[in-house]
Amino acid sequence: MPTRALVALIVLLLIAAACGVAFGSATLTPAELWRALAQGDTGTATSIVRDVRLPRVALGALVGAGLGMSGAALQGTLRNPLAEPYLLGVSGGAAVGAVLAVVLAGAHGLLVPVAAFAGALVAVLVVLVVARAAGGRGDARLLLMAGVVVGAFANAAIMLALANAPANTVRGATWWMMGSLADADWFQVRSLAALLVLGGGALLWMAREIDVLALGAEAAASLGVEPDAASRRVFLWASLVAAATVSAAGLVGFVGLVVPHLARGAGARAHRGALVASAIAGAALVIASDVLARVALRPTELPLGAVTAIIGVPFFLVRLRKLA
Amino acid sequence: MIRFEDTAVRYAGTDRDALGGVSFEAAAGQLTAIAGPNGSGKTSCVRALLGRAPLVRGRVSIGRDDRAGMDARAFARRVAVVTQREEPAFPLAVREYVALGRHPHQTPWRSDAARDASAVSGALARAGIEALAERRTDTLSGGEWQRARVARALAQDGEALVLDEPSAFLDVAHEMALFELLASIAATGHAVLMVSHQLNLVARFADRLVLLDQGRVAADGPPAQVMDGPTLERVYNWPLVVTRDPAVGAPTLVPLRKRAGGPR
Repeated sequence: MPTRALVALIVLLLIAAACGVAFGSATLTPAELWRALAQGDTGTATSIVRDVRLPRVALGALVGAGLGMSGAALQGTLRNPLAEPYLLGVSGGAAVGAVLAVVLAGAHGLLVPVAAFAGALVAVLVVLVVARAAGGRGDARLLLMAGVVVGAFANAAIMLALANAPANTVRGATWWMMGSLADADWFQVRSLAALLVLGGGALLWMAREIDVLALGAEAAASLGVEPDAASRRVFLWASLVAAATVSAAGLVGFVGLVVPHLARGAGARAHRGALVASAIAGAALVIASDVLARVALRPTELPLGAVTAIIGVPFFLVRLRKLA
Repeated sequence: MIRFEDTAVRYAGTDRDALGGVSFEAAAGQLTAIAGPNGSGKTSCVRALLGRAPLVRGRVSIGRDDRAGMDARAFARRVAVVTQREEPAFPLAVREYVALGRHPHQTPWRSDAARDASAVSGALARAGIEALAERRTDTLSGGEWQRARVARALAQDGEALVLDEPSAFLDVAHEMALFELLASIAATGHAVLMVSHQLNLVARFADRLVLLDQGRVAADGPPAQVMDGPTLERVYNWPLVVTRDPAVGAPTLVPLRKRAGGPR
């Protein structure tokens, strides 16, 4: 991709990250910020910056990067501009896991993220099994349809689980589903970073294969790629990356769908560039959205998933206009 | 080089073979054409070669190797295939698209950049699309796109080139240029196998013509021998005559109008 566009995306990410550290429910002066960052005294400002805002910005960057990469890989592999991890059962499965954890055990500690991650993985496996049973193994169209069906089933399961649950349980589950970085801590950051290095690395490793898969199954076969096996592989890794982000921050919608289009609009056409650009743009979008979610109605926080959509839609509309 | 031996294909959910046991060879150093009416099994031959059609009998071999035992990448290093239809899900620059022809020669993090770049430039030049190198694939005309696809196959740099109706969408000049290019590639020792409906051009350029009818080989041999009026009339189920082109001397098929008693 053009170097200028890459530099512009990195600058946007840095600006978003700086805002993420500078702004929040508490108002800190530039001097307090500087002391907290550079000198590390033991005051409240340092605690806010180092234990709340920095992990929050870092987690937001990782969530956005993961969703952006996952969406770019899935859109190319499934040859569908609407493909994104949340359309393909990952979010539904994660939500079922999280809601069951909230309903059955109450929301505490690591239980919800672990249950969400497990739910997402189960959903992904079910999608693969359903596509295989339909005879398509890694057929892109069948993976897409199986994902939509599993997602619909998951939504029904969530409604059933919440139908007779107490009001505070419904509220907790609903908040989780709207996405939030409010509980970010360094443990979460380290866990997600480890999973993303693994999953994101695998997707980058497969970037050329994704370029070839984007030409269609027969063309891929003529270029030395087993299309079914390769599609399944990309689907699995992209879903793993998305599942990891969902377990860390709940459902942060729209990023996986819109960010790859923005990356391509910035000139990233081949998938190695598109994956990198989507990671940077996704990180910037989630951090910026989180800043807005924190400060728009201070001290109340807005649901992150809604804000990403509100910020993302205008970018997407501009891109659509260019495509038309 | 590419040999079909009693190759039979049947697709799931159908009750007849799309290919009912065909045997023929596309030899190195020759331009071999496959022709036949719609649904006669031409594209199934290409799919069988790609490993994308279920073989119920027989085999396809590349040199001495059974295609069924070859991994996809090893196959693609030896045989470049231009399928009938293809559309990138997201547009690429023509040069990026042609460079995908180097995929079988690359590993995820390693490639011979100099060799790849020279193969891509050479392919763009041979397909006559150097001027389009920086254009996006979604801005090309049908004919330009078809030439970009041929360039991608040339960049693959295999021993054999297989093309399924490569001259669809091409104007007369580009169609002639493509046939000249394929004949010149065959002349350098490559096996070139093409599916084509352009029997009159096939008669002038191909060394061998395989005529398919309802999944079987109806005739196979030099075009002058296969282009026999009664055989073609039976296979295509349409009145026609085969004459000799007065300008170039090649057999020429002239389909007739179906008017009872009127001028044809």
